Amino acid sequence: MNILRPLILTAGFLLLWQLLVTLTGAPPYILPGPLPVAHALIDKFPLLLSHLGTTLAEILLGLALGTILGTSAALVMILSPLLKRWMLPVLVVSQAIPVFALAPILVLWLGYGMASKVGMAVLIIFFPVASSFYSGMQRTEPDLLELARIMGAGPLAVLRIIIIPSALPAFASGLRVATAVAPIGAVVGEWVGSSAGLGFYMLHANARMQIDVMFAALTVLAVTSLTLYFLIDRLLDRLVFWQPKQGIQ
Amino acid sequence: MQTAPDIVLEGVNLDFDGQPLFADLTLTLPGGRTTCILGPSGCGKSTLLKLMTGSPNLDFKGRIRFEPTTDSTVAWMSQNDLLLPWFTLLDNVLLGARLRGSLSHEKRAKALALIQEAGLTGYEDKLPAALSGGMRQRGALLRTLMEERTVILMDEPFSALDALTRVRLQNLAARLTVGATVVLVTHDPMEALRLGHNIVVLGGAPVRVLETIEPAGRPPREAGNPEVTGLYAGLLKRLMNGEAA
Repeated sequence: MNILRPLILTAGFLLLWQLLVTLTGAPPYILPGPLPVAHALIDKFPLLLSHLGTTLAEILLGLALGTILGTSAALVMILSPLLKRWMLPVLVVSQAIPVFALAPILVLWLGYGMASKVGMAVLIIFFPVASSFYSGMQRTEPDLLELARIMGAGPLAVLRIIIIPSALPAFASGLRVATAVAPIGAVVGEWVGSSAGLGFYMLHANARMQIDVMFAALTVLAVTSLTLYFLIDRLLDRLVFWQPKQGIQ
Repeated sequence: MQTAPDIVLEGVNLDFDGQPLFADLTLTLPGGRTTCILGPSGCGKSTLLKLMTGSPNLDFKGRIRFEPTTDSTVAWMSQNDLLLPWFTLLDNVLLGARLRGSLSHEKRAKALALIQEAGLTGYEDKLPAALSGGMRQRGALLRTLMEERTVILMDEPFSALDALTRVRLQNLAARLTVGATVVLVTHDPMEALRLGHNIVVLGGAPVRVLETIEPAGRPPREAGNPEVTGLYAGLLKRLMNGEAA
């Protein structure tokens, strides 16, 4: 892997940031420069780390649960045309609801703890996972199904050996999207009501005009999200080795 | 292995897009031999083959039966190799057994023997992506042969291959399918002349049998065989006329 390119990109970004601060003369309570933010990052590191633990747990739990629910829904729709006729329209219409608007309700129902944030992440992960997996299974090469029929295969064997593997590349794309949006769900949940997590800590710092701390939290969140995406991307490349190459190379 | 049955089509009618594709098509394909069905592209050859697989998606009238009746179903090979990209060559050759949940040591041994016979030893554990087009199609042929059916239906199985690979694969197929009732659909007169005990030329709309040829000698015939070269020009002409009709 070329390590140089991300390094140059990061350095360029930091330079631009500093340049923006210098040129506009923005006060530190609007836009702190990279150096004060780095200071805050080092100063508050243990605290940031503990809040990161909370947020990361929410993200991972949300990803796991959302993936399980999404794939299950897709499988149910493939196995039962009757249920599909009922579920598919609901699934599509559910996408018209701005999920973030449900955050206050989730907090009301599930409380200030982790459950409401996990619920939020699950809600936004569910659709990309379910729809990508379902449409992947639906797009199974018809001649393969014909071959399986002529070979005298049972429906479950066809599902396991042909349909699901055929759909895994599409499912992997859905999971990549899910990985990218899961942190949004968790943080939005924390903004609405929480007592821990990076989202909570950002609001907390904002209220105290510690804008550098806010930016430090944002940095930690961004780095974590990128790392998570990168890891999942690599893992999927390895597991679903027959998919066309994609993602960050 | 049971005796390879005749395939008998009686009064087959099938409409396609409101137009009759087959109208009262009657045809007997002799058991234990290779019949090449030759016709221009789009004349309904593949559909005819699909009918013989017992496809539930085709609504036809008439009768298609195997004589004597057999309980074993058919094996089918298409132009596209249909190898599963997530399975190794060996697993692809064993696909039928795997799909039916009847994998065994004997099946594995047989698959390995076939792989050796086809000159693919050393590639058993390779994924299809690592194989050439000719190797992949050989794998598809082995997967078809593993089914041990008395009726083998092939839909332009070699048409996507380069000339040299095609000839090699035709020879291999002819050698390994001896004794089975083989129906091979093709638009290539040379392929039909090399591989067919019988050649059925289709054409017209609705499709009818324009001609049935029984070239002398046993397949696979050499391309330079006088019988082959002698019939080639006539067949080509017949196909062109049939297409115009």
